[in-house]
Amino acid sequence: MTSPSVRVIAPRSTVAALGWALVALLGAGALATIALSRGEPVSAIWLLVAALCTYAIGYRFYSAFIAARIFALDDARPTPAERLADGRDFVPTNRWIVFGHHFAAIAGPGPLVGPTLAAQFGYLPGVLWIVVGVVLGGAVQDFVILCSSVRRNGKSLGQMARDEIGPVAGFTAMVAVLGIMVVLLAVLALVVVNALRSSPWGTVTIGLTIPIAMLMGVYMRWLRPGRVLEASAIGLVLLVLSLYAGRWVAEQPQLASLFTLSGRTLAVAIMIYGFAASVIPVWLLLAPRDYLSAFVKIGVVIALAVGILVALPPLQMPALTRFTDGTGPVFAGALFPFAFITIACGSISGFHALIASGTTPKLLAREGDARLVGYGGMLVESFVAVMALIAACALTPGVYFAINAPVSALGTTAQSAAAAIAAWGFVVTPLELETLARQVGESSLLSRTGGAPSLAVGMAHIFSRVLGGDSAMALWYHFAIMFEALFILTTVDADTRVGRFMLQDLGKHVWPRFGETSWTPAVVVSSGLFVAMWGHFLWQGVNDPLGGINSLWPLFGISNQLLAAVALCVATTIIIKMGKARHAWVTLLPLTWILIVTMTAGYQKLFSPLPRLGFFAHARLLEAARDGGTLPAGVASATDLGRMIANDYLDAAVAAFFLLAVLVVIADSAREWWAVVKGGKAAQSTEIPFVPRPAVAGD
Amino acid sequence: MRRAAELLARAAWTIRRVIGAPDYAAYLAHVRRAHPDRAPLTQAAFVRDVLARKYERPGSRCC
Repeated sequence: MTSPSVRVIAPRSTVAALGWALVALLGAGALATIALSRGEPVSAIWLLVAALCTYAIGYRFYSAFIAARIFALDDARPTPAERLADGRDFVPTNRWIVFGHHFAAIAGPGPLVGPTLAAQFGYLPGVLWIVVGVVLGGAVQDFVILCSSVRRNGKSLGQMARDEIGPVAGFTAMVAVLGIMVVLLAVLALVVVNALRSSPWGTVTIGLTIPIAMLMGVYMRWLRPGRVLEASAIGLVLLVLSLYAGRWVAEQPQLASLFTLSGRTLAVAIMIYGFAASVIPVWLLLAPRDYLSAFVKIGVVIALAVGILVALPPLQMPALTRFTDGTGPVFAGALFPFAFITIACGSISGFHALIASGTTPKLLAREGDARLVGYGGMLVESFVAVMALIAACALTPGVYFAINAPVSALGTTAQSAAAAIAAWGFVVTPLELETLARQVGESSLLSRTGGAPSLAVGMAHIFSRVLGGDSAMALWYHFAIMFEALFILTTVDADTRVGRFMLQDLGKHVWPRFGETSWTPAVVVSSGLFVAMWGHFLWQGVNDPLGGINSLWPLFGISNQLLAAVALCVATTIIIKMGKARHAWVTLLPLTWILIVTMTAGYQKLFSPLPRLGFFAHARLLEAARDGGTLPAGVASATDLGRMIANDYLDAAVAAFFLLAVLVVIADSAREWWAVVKGGKAAQSTEIPFVPRPAVAGD
Repeated sequence: MRRAAELLARAAWTIRRVIGAPDYAAYLAHVRRAHPDRAPLTQAAFVRDVLARKYERPGSRCC
């Protein structure tokens, strides 16, 4: 090894080798236990052990391999934070702080919702994909993109796509990011709407988080400038109080009815919120919410880990359900490819590439820290996904499907729901469903699709076993709903603002004035336009008789995985241009898998002859109904029917656009790879050349 | 006692950095060291500037 800072890949001693062999054996044993057990409920401990052992092996050996053989990470090479230090963006920072910061940025509702939805296949597909996918895919993507960006002065993914692959790929990637954000915001907003629909408690609690954030903003700007922690402490106390305020409102019949809102009303409210957040100054709303959200995020992850460790709930869900054939009520599509689409964050998430090439590379004090932050940070996110899966699978399947199946499958009463669930082969009584709803302080839990409510019920189960007992179920449930909604709304407000800037950036090519970020008309128009874009899909989801999550979540999954494909294309190009083509399999492996999965899923969403799966088939079904003069179940009017048909075509167009965009990037990349590998083009890396750190007195 | 206060201050600073709060002291130290000839921004201007740029590009927030 050229530098002592490059980690040795092989274990250093026989004892170490034996120790690692033991970890590997333990992990393999745990995996075998969860894979082979049938009939008896499996303890959550086996999932935890399998995950942690796999992470340990992946981190110790695979990330060391990538660090040493591909990038030859060298702590003697000054990082951008050091060379370009400006006290603002580029600040050399302790690696554990960067780790925490990076984790708070990548973790959100994604790793909580995806595994919960994928539990309809049973726990096995989810846990295998989360654990294997992260070690070979997601963590590799985050790590490699972070290293690439660190070696290029913190360049963004879009810039790297343009500089490494070409302008076509760069532009396509940028437009694809915009499209992905539209779908992401719509589906996340829909998750919140479904969690708050007809729930005065939840609505009041979440609603209060907005004035709480603004109060914090005013405090930090006018009352005690810069006192972030004081403001956060006040905010956190008020957050807890809002939980009780929500309960109080829900107990007053007149007030409760005032805050019992329909899905449509909530959807409009979220759109107004997103617009406002994009237009008003960031110090007033965005920044304080972000601080609050970061605290809650890290707190909840720790609390969830402690809760699961103490409670160690048995998994009530079978390893595999009958729905692996694609007939499941939560979302359409068979295990392959849809398990790999539904769980994006937690296994591999293209969005992380934007963060790994955003703030994080500008903070790393040493190159070697990229391994802990990039690879390690993603492992922790994956662990969050495993915990969410455990929380969902700790529910009995009857309860799980009662919460997650749409009205069209369950009907509207506990009796009809219990009957439908019995037909699927799971047992739940109407009384159980009603009791559970009462326990968590809701009028009904039926068809609360989107994953957040069932996860909240699962977490309330686990937390109330540790603290408070049954009487605390309702508080824990709404606590869980509150933080899920808090995460989601912080994504909605921040990304609406980002979307606005991207639209202004695109628009300035047509009319330069439109690009002025402080010119009010341009700000209002671009914000309104972007909200209208995601708002349209949200509105479509809210009015969908199948519950919306059914069609929107797969679309989000496909788009997010396709962004991962773009990131892996950039990564592969960089590796080949570094003259490391023989190691390019490291990124080609996940790239190939992601392409197989997303192309298959995209093709099925477009062309499947089953109306519940294929957009075109669904449109044809509705058209046949329209031509026959009848209205399908759950559709109120001919106008609605017409709109649903149009939406099917729009969804199809969006899916087709994502697939095409990725094919363009792949083709452009492959051309570049071929040129380099064939030797026609010099393998020229655009890395900032290595200049050793100047010696400092005392070194 | 002094040691405890120091530890507390250090913990507070760590948390501030993790949640991504602007670090004015670090900025001030940087300007004084690297550009002694320039007048640094005021705290209010610095915070405004850092926050404004934080939410301009994709990558501040994930799913």
